[in-house]
Amino acid sequence: MIATHGLEYRYLGGAQLTFPDVKVPQGGVLLLRGRSGVGKSTWLSLAAGLLTPSAGELVVAAQSLAALSAVQRDAWRARHIGFLPQQLHLSEALSVAGNLGLAYFAAGLPEDRAAIQRALAALGVAELAARKPRQLSGGQAQRVALARAVLLQPKVILADEPTASLDDDAAHDALALLQATAQQAGATLVIATHDARVRQALPQAMVLDIDAQNEPQALSYMREQL
Amino acid sequence: MKTIALSWRYLVSRPLAAGLNLLLLALGLAAITFVLLTRAQIDRAFERDLAGIDAVVGAKGSPMQLILAGVFHLDVPPGNIPLTAVQALAQDPRVAKLIPLSLGDSFQGFRIVGTTPDYLRHYGAQLAQGQPWQSPMEVVLGAQAAQATGLQPGQAFAGAHGLGGGGAAHAAHPYRVVGVLAPCGCVLDRLVLTATESVWAVHEVGHGKADAHDDDHEDEPREITLALIQYRSPLAAVSFPRFVNSTTKLQAAAPALEITRLLRMVGVGADVLRGFGAVLLLTAALSVFIALWNAVRERRADLALLRMLGASPARLAGLLLCEALWLAVLASGLGLLVGHGLTGLLGYLLQAEQSLPLTGWLWLGVEAWVPVLALGVAVLAALLPALSAYRVEAGQLLSSKN
Repeated sequence: MIATHGLEYRYLGGAQLTFPDVKVPQGGVLLLRGRSGVGKSTWLSLAAGLLTPSAGELVVAAQSLAALSAVQRDAWRARHIGFLPQQLHLSEALSVAGNLGLAYFAAGLPEDRAAIQRALAALGVAELAARKPRQLSGGQAQRVALARAVLLQPKVILADEPTASLDDDAAHDALALLQATAQQAGATLVIATHDARVRQALPQAMVLDIDAQNEPQALSYMREQL
Repeated sequence: MKTIALSWRYLVSRPLAAGLNLLLLALGLAAITFVLLTRAQIDRAFERDLAGIDAVVGAKGSPMQLILAGVFHLDVPPGNIPLTAVQALAQDPRVAKLIPLSLGDSFQGFRIVGTTPDYLRHYGAQLAQGQPWQSPMEVVLGAQAAQATGLQPGQAFAGAHGLGGGGAAHAAHPYRVVGVLAPCGCVLDRLVLTATESVWAVHEVGHGKADAHDDDHEDEPREITLALIQYRSPLAAVSFPRFVNSTTKLQAAAPALEITRLLRMVGVGADVLRGFGAVLLLTAALSVFIALWNAVRERRADLALLRMLGASPARLAGLLLCEALWLAVLASGLGLLVGHGLTGLLGYLLQAEQSLPLTGWLWLGVEAWVPVLALGVAVLAALLPALSAYRVEAGQLLSSKN
């Protein structure tokens, strides 16, 4: 479950982002749409408790984030948020199983090797446990990263541009897998994307468009990029 | 526990950088260990050999030379002094004990010293085999001299003229080994000891005298090389050397004074070496710092991901600190090993020259500071990178540009 009300975030430089209210039931799917720079990343950071909103309320997985201290937010994030970054960020210093173990390390929990094997098996990559990330194909790597995201049975899965740089078939498979995994875990799924194919593949999903309100920021962002 | 294992994985994932940093840190620590070990052993050897010797009396010349020749048997003695003059000094009320030493010959580079059994008693030497000399031409070998020459009690050998070895052999007057001393860690280890009369016998014969003339030694006054003196009271240190230097043809030198002077000269070398070690250590600290700093930059994404997975900044800082501590622990072990190895090697080389006794098989309490130093250096080097882990923005992972 995710609910926001009057959510705002002001950067140190002064740029202010405003987000429309949204209410997603537990187990629902939310698409976060908008061009680069309009605040998709900021919204995800806020939802993950990495940033503190300058105004408004934010309840994620039945927890009001304003009520938690920084240290408590870290611990809360470890247990309740699963995260699938666009670049996957599997560490080359560790094996596939070791990369999943990082989730336990970060949460300060004892490593559960059986659970790691189960998570890999559920995504069909159990036989890759001993490999290094560079020995994986793109699809395999995404499955491993997804296994890491759902390892601790989070209430919310945040996926950042999961279909970017994938062809149509692969994008379809990735979304199906993401949805199935979230459903199995009973987790709320949030997908930040500017890919129209995601909307087509997930017609029943709720949509949060953050383009309109933050258009000036998007424009200034684009000017900076140029 | 997991932090230790994980930081180890991160460390070995960059073997070249880790190896180079380890080497740099270990070299700095090895240099410091080496200085500590050699300095302590030199000091200890000096102290052991000097114990209870308040003054050395010999021929006029350099006082330092007299001490080096008479106490440490490193230098050649300045010359001989008449026995009668020494006997007169022995009667002086300020003198508690007087040990005469006669130098001049050697065997395979080990000095043959004519003396009295007082010399053995002075250093508390114990016999490992055989017995002390009873009559002229019987010798007792120091532990190191016995080991190097391979001589056993009952065997005989001829001394060579001169202290350097290679002089003409006194083949006509062989010495007979009657005992071997247990190692004492003092100067006796590398000496061949005999009665004063042996040296007279060899040399008076060598100078063309017949054995029959043994009793008319008043014709040619007998000589010894120098004498070690212990005072009856510390007050003698004020008047006795001045008395000897001004009223006799002899010279009295105070070892404590000369050794302080010597150590001040040698000390400069030790300080240079220590400074060198400090520079090495500083370089190592810098390199560990740069390595960790780069590791933080390279692994910014890894660290950000850990933040994303719920790791607190303190946990990230701990991870980096732990990586530095791994380096410190490994470098301490390696540094101590190399330091001891170097000292052992130097000891081996010096043993061939029968100079100072140095060993790598010695552990000093002060060496406990080497790991402490290593840990300090590592923690200092890791401090800034660890602090920067607090500033890792997990949110930047979310921007698709990253």
